[in-house]
Amino acid sequence: MITLDNATKRYGPITVVDGVSATIPRGGVTSIIGPNGAGKSTLLSMMSRLLPLDAGTVHVDGLDVSTTSGQTLARTLSILRQENQLTVRLSVRDLVGFGRFPHNGGRPTVVDREHIERALEYLDMTELADRFVDELSGGQRQRAFIAMVLAQDTDFILLDEPLNNLDMKHSVDMMRLLRRLVDDLGKTVVLVIHDINFASCYSDTIIAMRDGALIHQGTAEEIMTPEVLRDVYDVDIQVELIRGNRIGVYFA
Amino acid sequence: MRARTGALPAAVVQTARRPVRTLPPRVWLVVLGVTAAALVAAFLLVGLEGNLAYVLPRRLNRVGAMVLVAVAVGVSTVLFQTVTGNRILTPSIMGLDALYILIQTSLAFALGASTLLTLGPPIRFAVEVTLMVAFSSMLYRWLFTGGGRSLHLLLLVGIVFGVFFRGASSLLQRLMDPSEYIILQDLFFASFNRVDPTLLLISAVAVGGLCVPAWRLRHRLDVLALGRDTAVGLGVDYRRTVTLVLVICSVLVAVSTALVGPATFFGLLVSALAYQLCSQFRHAVVLPIAVLLGVIALVGGQLVLEQVFAFDTALSIVIEFTGGLVFLALLLKGRVR
Amino acid sequence: MFRSKQPAQQHGSVRPPALWLAAGAVLLLALISLFVGVSDVSPADLLAGDAEVWQTFLVSRIPRTLAVILAGVALSIAGFILQLMARNRFVEPSTVGTVESATAGILVATLLLPAVPIVGKMVVAALFAMAGTALFLVVLRRIPLRNTLIVPLVGIMLGGVISAVTTFFAYRFDLLQTLNTWMIGDFSGVIRGRYELLWIVAALAVVGYICADRFTVAGMGEEFTTNLGLNYRRTMNLGLVLVSLISAVVVVVVGSIPFLGLIVPNLVSLLIGDNVRRAVPWIAVFGAGFVLLCDILGRVIRLPYEVPVGVIVSVVGSALFITLLVRRTAGAR
Repeated sequence: MITLDNATKRYGPITVVDGVSATIPRGGVTSIIGPNGAGKSTLLSMMSRLLPLDAGTVHVDGLDVSTTSGQTLARTLSILRQENQLTVRLSVRDLVGFGRFPHNGGRPTVVDREHIERALEYLDMTELADRFVDELSGGQRQRAFIAMVLAQDTDFILLDEPLNNLDMKHSVDMMRLLRRLVDDLGKTVVLVIHDINFASCYSDTIIAMRDGALIHQGTAEEIMTPEVLRDVYDVDIQVELIRGNRIGVYFA
Repeated sequence: MRARTGALPAAVVQTARRPVRTLPPRVWLVVLGVTAAALVAAFLLVGLEGNLAYVLPRRLNRVGAMVLVAVAVGVSTVLFQTVTGNRILTPSIMGLDALYILIQTSLAFALGASTLLTLGPPIRFAVEVTLMVAFSSMLYRWLFTGGGRSLHLLLLVGIVFGVFFRGASSLLQRLMDPSEYIILQDLFFASFNRVDPTLLLISAVAVGGLCVPAWRLRHRLDVLALGRDTAVGLGVDYRRTVTLVLVICSVLVAVSTALVGPATFFGLLVSALAYQLCSQFRHAVVLPIAVLLGVIALVGGQLVLEQVFAFDTALSIVIEFTGGLVFLALLLKGRVR
Repeated sequence: MFRSKQPAQQHGSVRPPALWLAAGAVLLLALISLFVGVSDVSPADLLAGDAEVWQTFLVSRIPRTLAVILAGVALSIAGFILQLMARNRFVEPSTVGTVESATAGILVATLLLPAVPIVGKMVVAALFAMAGTALFLVVLRRIPLRNTLIVPLVGIMLGGVISAVTTFFAYRFDLLQTLNTWMIGDFSGVIRGRYELLWIVAALAVVGYICADRFTVAGMGEEFTTNLGLNYRRTMNLGLVLVSLISAVVVVVVGSIPFLGLIVPNLVSLLIGDNVRRAVPWIAVFGAGFVLLCDILGRVIRLPYEVPVGVIVSVVGSALFITLLVRRTAGAR
């Protein structure tokens, strides 16, 4: 369970995230949606202690992210940001191996190696394991980083716009994968996402933000209504039921 | 000259190369280690004649200074590049060794030559290093926390800071009483040929003492090289590690500058070569390789210049020349990220 | 005076008086410069007709003050021309290798043609400066990503490499001491008969002023220039010759004065904007004033000794350069 209590971030006079309080249940996929500049990524960064909070608290599995040691947190929660530019040249297996750092401090054991191979296998990366990361395509690179996060073996996995730069096929693959992480492995996945329809189809919970505030939280059924979406995006969006999924139509 | 000077972002140029598998790191370590040892032995023994009790200690002194400088520069450069996330910024390019000279000069200016000399090397060195750490951390804080400053800006500001520090030192030296300055010239004029034994001992202790924490940081540094966010996500205490690394770098630069004076491009030369030789990112490999390359470059270079060309102290100029070319090549290849 | 009432005319009519005012201030500095130094020269002594004082005044003070003004004006304009040609604010003769090449040239002339008079050395230095600057321009074309900052970076490094070679040979032939006199600008050796070459740079600076607009056009690129009916190559070559000659002459006569051509045009642009024609007179006035100020400072800061102007300018100049870098690139990543 992730508990946010009055989480606030300010940059000078501008408040980017304004006193957000929420509870994200354990297990399941939680999507954070909202227009540009709503503070979604900032909120995610605060949940994952990449950004310090200016006010309020965030607890992940009972651990206060502001005070818990980095290593302990890194065994509980992992975070994947959108831009993953590497200055070092390393192989996929080496990258995935870094996921074990919180557990072994850089000295890999047999157990670590098993974790790494399992993670590679789970993402179907075994054949690419000896390639250098900078030689991979965008989709493959994304998967390599997910494999690293998987090797980190944390209960909570946070992702900032994981579909960025992915085409349709890879986006679907990614969302299915996240779903599998929850359904098969019992992880808790929280992600920031722009496409409301992906959020609708794959999430158990949706959090909607606007102007730094959390304005709606609920299941896909509760959030995917013209009224709520209008409230969030200021746009009229029709919602159609297609094969059991609520799909927002906003293209015309 | 075309008009292409628009404010392009420093984009990443991906060189799609096949991985070039060089010799395994272990082999490189052995090869370089043996070469370095052989060069050190040659430096001590080639043309050894005359009063051994006089010549040998002198040579030992010089080779000791060179090895210490190689360790200090190699370690500080690799660490600094990891923390700043690139392969071209080095402490001396950022003006750190010029800063050290400025601190030395200011201290002499403020206290006067005689007071400074009565302090004795250990205390003087301790005071200088303390000031160095204080000022350099201020400088870094200002440079690196400005938020989103481009690498090119940092480089340029660093280089101009170097000019500023050097200019300020030379101004202070000229403002001193000429008789005072003559006394101090001995202090300022550092070179491999006349290293003060006491200073050498202090430096050895300092370098040795700093290599321990640097070595223990090696795994954390590997993670740090992935970038701040990833490193924090993997549980590295970013702020503490970076601060620690910068302090280590400041002291190491102070040591090497105190021993032999400034060498702007030596660190860049060594680290670029180390990364080129072994396509390895692990600090457990890169650090010793960089140090060994440094020893080979200094001892070997000095040996060749002395024995083959019969020059004695032109090595720093040669290093400056080669290092400048390497820097230009790195810039022009667009590998600066 | 009526600035708030006539915003539209601000650029036309209010500026000239300001420029005259600035020129007056520089003249005042020049006057001070005439009467500052180790030996006492005061207006009263001059009026009294003291022959010895007149001697010092005519042989040393007047030439020195003239030299300072000429060098300041010319170097600032040379920097400005280079900036127009490269369309980059952060270049100037000492950040593109021109000065270092000129120094290399003097060293070569000293080594190979020791008997040649100073004019000969100047010619060799100018040729080297041209070659060095041309090399920089060639290297510049090969840079894959050209952003504002990489241009001076490459130039400074190129200069560094050139001066490493120079230092090496100076070291070999025991000329380091001599080399230093060219690397650090100093007006203290300027006396009658040893500065007159600087009048050449004054003429060159005037040419630069007349042609300033062309360099702006040429800086826009070859196609653009040709489209406007201007010969691109000829214009670029003219600029190259102007900048190299000015740098070479100044280095030969007084030594290098770093960053001057960079900070003066930048300060002027911050003050009055980027109109080229209007900027040049301001740059001339500012350049003269700045070097006068630094030279006077160098003379009084440590009486009875003198601190070379090159040392003062390198401190003040680099500090201003850093400020400019941080301010002018703020926001533009």
